[in-house]
Amino acid sequence: MTIPVHPGPWTAAAMIAAIVLSSTAGEVLTAAAMKSIGDLDVIRARAGMKGAIRAVVTCPLFFAGVSFLALAFFALLFALNHLNLSLVAPASASLTLVTNAVAARIFLKENVDRRRWTAAVLVCVGVYFLAH
Amino acid sequence: MVAHHTLSPRRYMILGLVAVCAPLGDTCLSRGMTRLPPITLAHPGTLIAAVFTPWIALGIALLIGFFASYLTALSWADLTFVLPATAFGNVIVALLSRFWLQEAISMQRWAGIVLITLGVGFVAQGPSMTERPAEPATEAEPAVEVEEEQLR
Repeated sequence: MTIPVHPGPWTAAAMIAAIVLSSTAGEVLTAAAMKSIGDLDVIRARAGMKGAIRAVVTCPLFFAGVSFLALAFFALLFALNHLNLSLVAPASASLTLVTNAVAARIFLKENVDRRRWTAAVLVCVGVYFLAH
Repeated sequence: MVAHHTLSPRRYMILGLVAVCAPLGDTCLSRGMTRLPPITLAHPGTLIAAVFTPWIALGIALLIGFFASYLTALSWADLTFVLPATAFGNVIVALLSRFWLQEAISMQRWAGIVLITLGVGFVAQGPSMTERPAEPATEAEPAVEVEEEQLR
């Protein structure tokens, strides 16, 4: 399958969705990894900087998260090859904030209360205004 | 369930690094790459050589600093608490471009700055971390409601 030089709205939406989904998966997996490791300040106080680095790099979830973040980066590069930066950057950055809030609620069981929902929406619209 | 309402000054500093390092790193990379002649895939060696130029090396160092402080913040704060801090970096860049580089900022961008600042202010006033009981939770839903009650 080849991507047309000037992709239609559905192809553009699919490219942005690929960035948003892989980025959300990466952020949530990285956050889950850091929660499973525990407070890095405490680990560093107990085992030093080397101990803290070892705790991070020996966590499989961390590498899963970084892999998805790398995938999101390449999805962004691919999208930028076909779409304008003024569309891709604000759309993916602001949508990722909302999908992260939903994913954090579902997968990380974070208490996303009204305050955080309001903040996510405000920041989402703000990023769009700022970058568009 | 007790929520953490306060962060130590050191932890606010880590969140500040999260906000500042990423946009400054991106700016350094952009500045470094635009000063180089066009790079093609036919000569990948030039891309590796670019890593050792001052602006790009500084950009990479700042992005490593961002990732280290981001991971540290995620170890003691929720993802939905840390992410608005990363977005606040856009505000810092916009303000730097206005007052340092004397660039014009449209009304729409000022509106964006105000909205992001309001959003970050909302989150910063709340708890940084969802507390979990020591034992495996059997009644997770009522526990969340208790914390929501505390926030009202």
